[in-house]
Amino acid sequence: MSGKILYSYTGIFDTPDQIIHAAEKAVEEGYTKYDVNTPYPVHGMDKAMKLKPSKLGYFALVFGLSGTLSALLTIWWMSAINYPIVIGGKPLFSFPAYVPIMFEVTVLSAAIMTVVVMLFFFFKLPNNSHPLHGTVYMKKVSADKYGISIQADDPKFSESSVRKFLEGVHAAEIIPIYWDEEEINHQNKIFEPKFIVFLAAVALITSGVTYFSFNKLMYMVPFNWMMDQPKLSAQQQSPIFADGFGMRLPVAGTVARGYMLYQFTGQPDSAGKTLVNPIPVSKESLALGKTKFDIYCSPCHGYNADGASRLRGQFPNPPSLHSDKVRTWTDGRIFAVITEGQNIMPSYSSQLSVDERWAVINYIRALQRALNAKESDVQ
Amino acid sequence: MSSSSVEYHKKELPSKVRTIGTTLFAAGLIIVALGYVTDPVRSAYNNIVGLTFLISVGVGSLFLLALEYVAGAVWSTPFRRVTEFLAANIYIIPLLAIPLLLNVNTVFHWTHPESADKTMINKAPYLNVTFFIVRVVVFWLLWLGFYYFISRNSVKQDTSHDQSLSKLNIKLSTIFIPIFAITISFAAIDWLMSLSPKWFSTIFGVYYFSGTVLAALAAGTIFIVLLNEKGYFVKGLSSDHYYSLGALLFAFTNFWAYIAFSQYLLIWYANLPEETIWFIARWQGSWKFISIGLVFVHFVIPYFGLLSQPSKMNPKRLLAMSGWLLFAHYYDLYWMTMPNYGKDGVVLGWIELGFPLLIAGLIMLVFNFKAKSQNLVPIGDPKLKRGIDFRL
Repeated sequence: MSGKILYSYTGIFDTPDQIIHAAEKAVEEGYTKYDVNTPYPVHGMDKAMKLKPSKLGYFALVFGLSGTLSALLTIWWMSAINYPIVIGGKPLFSFPAYVPIMFEVTVLSAAIMTVVVMLFFFFKLPNNSHPLHGTVYMKKVSADKYGISIQADDPKFSESSVRKFLEGVHAAEIIPIYWDEEEINHQNKIFEPKFIVFLAAVALITSGVTYFSFNKLMYMVPFNWMMDQPKLSAQQQSPIFADGFGMRLPVAGTVARGYMLYQFTGQPDSAGKTLVNPIPVSKESLALGKTKFDIYCSPCHGYNADGASRLRGQFPNPPSLHSDKVRTWTDGRIFAVITEGQNIMPSYSSQLSVDERWAVINYIRALQRALNAKESDVQ
Repeated sequence: MSSSSVEYHKKELPSKVRTIGTTLFAAGLIIVALGYVTDPVRSAYNNIVGLTFLISVGVGSLFLLALEYVAGAVWSTPFRRVTEFLAANIYIIPLLAIPLLLNVNTVFHWTHPESADKTMINKAPYLNVTFFIVRVVVFWLLWLGFYYFISRNSVKQDTSHDQSLSKLNIKLSTIFIPIFAITISFAAIDWLMSLSPKWFSTIFGVYYFSGTVLAALAAGTIFIVLLNEKGYFVKGLSSDHYYSLGALLFAFTNFWAYIAFSQYLLIWYANLPEETIWFIARWQGSWKFISIGLVFVHFVIPYFGLLSQPSKMNPKRLLAMSGWLLFAHYYDLYWMTMPNYGKDGVVLGWIELGFPLLIAGLIMLVFNFKAKSQNLVPIGDPKLKRGIDFRL
């Protein structure tokens, strides 16, 4: 024995039929603590070893169903209780919309938890050392041999009888396996109380620090610089006004900065006669005009204002801006069209500010000039 | 791996198959005839349920047959004949289609569109009686043609053991599958969806297809399990074969639920009148309970019935679930069709009993007829030995 402690007796076989026979015989002999190692799954082994069907499926079912339920409860609480918003006219509790999420969470939790349970519960994963590791036996059965290992702590175990049994089933080789010295009384460090306390302490401290810095520190002087502002947020109450509303209407008879009333609604011709372009042609105004024209006008009128655009054919074709009509229009008349829209063209007054509209008109003029240049332009 | 090592001695089916088949057929025929005399419109609607069910079993089986060839599946080869015999129901499709074509004006409202109805006028180039009949005939001839050649090659192989026949069938199957995809979608649109001609759903063809495959699988499984348990096939077919059948049934139960729910969810979400009208009609009066029942009959019960591994291997459970799924498919077709007739509530009476009996009888008789002249096992197929030795 040489001071070593026996772990098991192993027998090595050459064919899968032999190992199945050996497993059947081992069951007959009444061995309970034994295992079979093969390089690949051998069909019929479950039956030969009289193994019960795996319980893993029940874990998948339980975790899957708990996923379904927790998904349902989560969405129900979020969309009907905690933050109720009507979406698309549907009721707050809209079961059909929940189904895809419930399905996903079911699959996800079933899949993840099945793997986790398989690894840590059935395979006892943090156990990273085993007497069979690094033995000749393991080398052979993970290459091209089939092995059976009958453990020494089996109640029916005795060296002579197991040896006799293995010879009886015609094992090609019989190898005893001994514990390594470190493996005896080896305890996984993960389960040591010190380590567990350390882990718990790390978890507690990190979560405490995170909680403190996000929920407390941010509201303390001097870290609350950006938080503490005298202005009112939207919908906030204000004690200054008698009615308590924080949001006020503009003072009667005043106009906001940069906001000019448009006086010619429905009268494009008089706008054309009255309005004058206040923005002089300059590099900057042409650049601004080009940017805005390319964003808002080119989808229909085309980049060159000739009507050849990417939407051509999907709507009534937008006219070319190089026609005589548009060329002879005044800037004010074009301004009226941009502001109010014309035919199927909508109003662009909300997308383009007054100055931007004039800049766009400057740019259109430049485009028109490019196709119908005057003689003086060449010189 | 020579197929001569497979031992097979043909056993005749017991005479009670014919007796029961004839009884069911006769009983069904009497009820259907009485039904057509007393209430022709209601009978015609029932006729649609019956016809589409027969198409499901017949054409669905042909699809499964083609699938086996194309996929090179070996596990299903030992009992492929059952699928072939069920596909022979394609022959008798006209038996149920002709009475319906005579009543085409009472069932399909698109046959007489009102002139002011622009939607229907626009749909008229597709939905008119001539083109409808052309489609029905062309589809039927296509199915029949592929069935005829594929099954003929398979039977020929029994005596000639010629492997090139398998290759020929693989080619035929490869051509058939896209044709099947198109014809079954349009058949679903023609027979079922056009009952409410103003309704829009882009997934309806797939919806019917999912039920079709399920019904064909369930019908096949019933015959396979019954015949295998009584030893009509070769020896060596094990629980692994049952498991594969059960797994396919389970998979298509889920596929059906997936497609059915997809259709419902999209329509429910978009909430467009031309789409929701169909579900609203199925929510009127007592139809509501049939609609809710569909979820349980077609999904929840078979889902839990086939969920665990032992249940897929147990012949009794498999038999019960297959029978249940056949019923579920009939229920599904009934739910699709009958609300067009009884708009206020469920229509259920002795007239509804006629077609299920008639079809059950017909399927048994066709099976019995085919089983008389042909082997129950494709003994000439090169895949047979591997199919019997199939283990998971």
